[in-house]
Amino acid sequence: MGGHERIGRARGRGQDPAAGPALMQAYIVRRLLALVPTLLFASLIVFSVVRLIPGDVIDLMLSQNDISADKKSREQLEAALGLDQPMLVQYGKWVSGILSRGDFGVSLWQNTPVAEQLAQRLPVTFQLGLFALIVALTVAIPIGVYSAIRQDTSGDYVARSISLLMLAVPSFWLGTMVMVFPSIWWGWSPEVKFVPFRENPGQSVAQMAVPAVILGFALSAVTMRMTRTMMLEVLRQDYIRTAWAKGLDERLVVLRHALKNALIPVVTLIGLQVPILIGGAVIMEQIFVIPGMGLLLLDAVSQRDYPIITGVFMVVGLAVMLINLAVDLSYGFLDPKVRYR
Amino acid sequence: MSAPGAAALAPPARPPANAFLRFLWRLFRTKPLGAFGAVIFVLFLFCGVFADLLAPYGFNQISPANRLKPPSGQFLFGTDNLGRDMLSRCLYGAQLSVIIGFCAAALGTAISILIGVVTGYIGGKTDLVAQRFVDAWMSFPDLIILIVVVSVVGPGMPQIIVILGLFFGIGGSRIIRGAVVSVREHMYVHAAQSVGASTLRILWRHVLPNVMPPVIVLFTTRVGAAILAESGLSFLGFGVPPPAPTWGGMLSGSGRTFMYQAPWLALMPGLCLTIVVYAINVFGDALRDLLDPRMRGSR
Repeated sequence: MGGHERIGRARGRGQDPAAGPALMQAYIVRRLLALVPTLLFASLIVFSVVRLIPGDVIDLMLSQNDISADKKSREQLEAALGLDQPMLVQYGKWVSGILSRGDFGVSLWQNTPVAEQLAQRLPVTFQLGLFALIVALTVAIPIGVYSAIRQDTSGDYVARSISLLMLAVPSFWLGTMVMVFPSIWWGWSPEVKFVPFRENPGQSVAQMAVPAVILGFALSAVTMRMTRTMMLEVLRQDYIRTAWAKGLDERLVVLRHALKNALIPVVTLIGLQVPILIGGAVIMEQIFVIPGMGLLLLDAVSQRDYPIITGVFMVVGLAVMLINLAVDLSYGFLDPKVRYR
Repeated sequence: MSAPGAAALAPPARPPANAFLRFLWRLFRTKPLGAFGAVIFVLFLFCGVFADLLAPYGFNQISPANRLKPPSGQFLFGTDNLGRDMLSRCLYGAQLSVIIGFCAAALGTAISILIGVVTGYIGGKTDLVAQRFVDAWMSFPDLIILIVVVSVVGPGMPQIIVILGLFFGIGGSRIIRGAVVSVREHMYVHAAQSVGASTLRILWRHVLPNVMPPVIVLFTTRVGAAILAESGLSFLGFGVPPPAPTWGGMLSGSGRTFMYQAPWLALMPGLCLTIVVYAINVFGDALRDLLDPRMRGSR
């Protein structure tokens, strides 16, 4: 999201085309550097907020292990987990650990490095999100284009009404319905035993298909609406009339001339939707028991596993920021007039 | 609030004189789907406000003899695992949704106006700092922040309202700021500045009235968003705790445990939720087209 103002359209032809790649590299470096203060600020807040969660992890552990919570065992456990030090010291250690060796601390419960858990879970959520995005785009862009070039026909109305409906259907309800009704009617239910992509790609894709389609639903509705609006705007431009007047084939006019120019706001929109997509993934992981970041977070919150909560937060935040940087960079590909300054 | 229905039944021959009625007239004439949304929205408000009178049973009235009864004449929406009437629970759920939706949207819109007007009008360093903060805020998924914050403050209705309000407030400030920035450059604002009107007076008398269209649209769509967000949180167990009959909560607790035996437990609250949010969305869209054509297609 940040940094849009630094992208400008070059006016005139004064700019040296060979300077493009160098400018772009400088731009990427600057954007990456700009992430540092944001992430540091966010990390400080997350780190302190998480510790405000009522219900001490120590109490939880002692009660689960049936140890009477006398003062001595409390202090021993606190010391063992490093929770007896002042918070600022804990924070300093945590940040320097991440920066120096990518060490996000150790899970308070499993006693395994948080980084290891994140590395295990992140690809799963990423896979789910990517599938959902692919579903959304393959549905949304063709329908959006169709809806625009056949504006105000019955097909357009049907597409628009359905997209409005898809925006209103809560994904957690749709997910539940997909579990219930096929099972009652046909005795079919989605597989809940998770298969990692690397072990069996085919089965993994098949398993993720249902949650990915549901997750892609709402995103495709938003994307379709944006594609339609932008196509309508572009189709009224003079150069489109010129293209028609030259006698170009409809497909060429619509796809090559109009769609490419209509896509920039659509791509921006997708960048803005990434956090919502991740939020939806948390719900889908919960319903379909997919061991991704969302399930990791929900478990960690209920167990007060601070290092995991902060770890998930930072990784998700970084991922969103990097995706948005990629979105900003894609403008240059879609519109050669865009220059990175 | 029965005005929309009346206007549809007996459309006056020419636009009525009252500005509000004139607006309704335009809504029904040019945006039938939006008007349909408005009617459902009003109906939903009515159910929420008068839930105590409309509901045939109490929302927590347990009746062991009538456990898991399918929908019938006696129990239109069926009963749950404790024999509670689902129709009554859905009606009381509407009440909770009305309260949460309206309070959170009002709070959120107020915060958006405050941030948007101040940063958009003053500009400069304040604007830059505030915008960077909003950027950072928006790169974290809502739901993930909400889960962590709710686990800090504990589940409960007042907490949910404040958190959602804060949330929507910060996100929505962008839209208000954009509107303020364009209003700021208008002649009448420059004129007010040059006759020496105070900043507060300019903001109150000139800027605020002219950003009302996006404010109204923002408020309407936020009501739907708040209802959806609350039900999502309740579904995950971070919303208003049971036995409060929130639509999201009904879907998660007994709804999920007994969903194979009694699918109506999960079906009905979800249907209510979908219909209401759909109505608010189409109504909000129509409002946007009528009040604020510049924002068309963006959401």
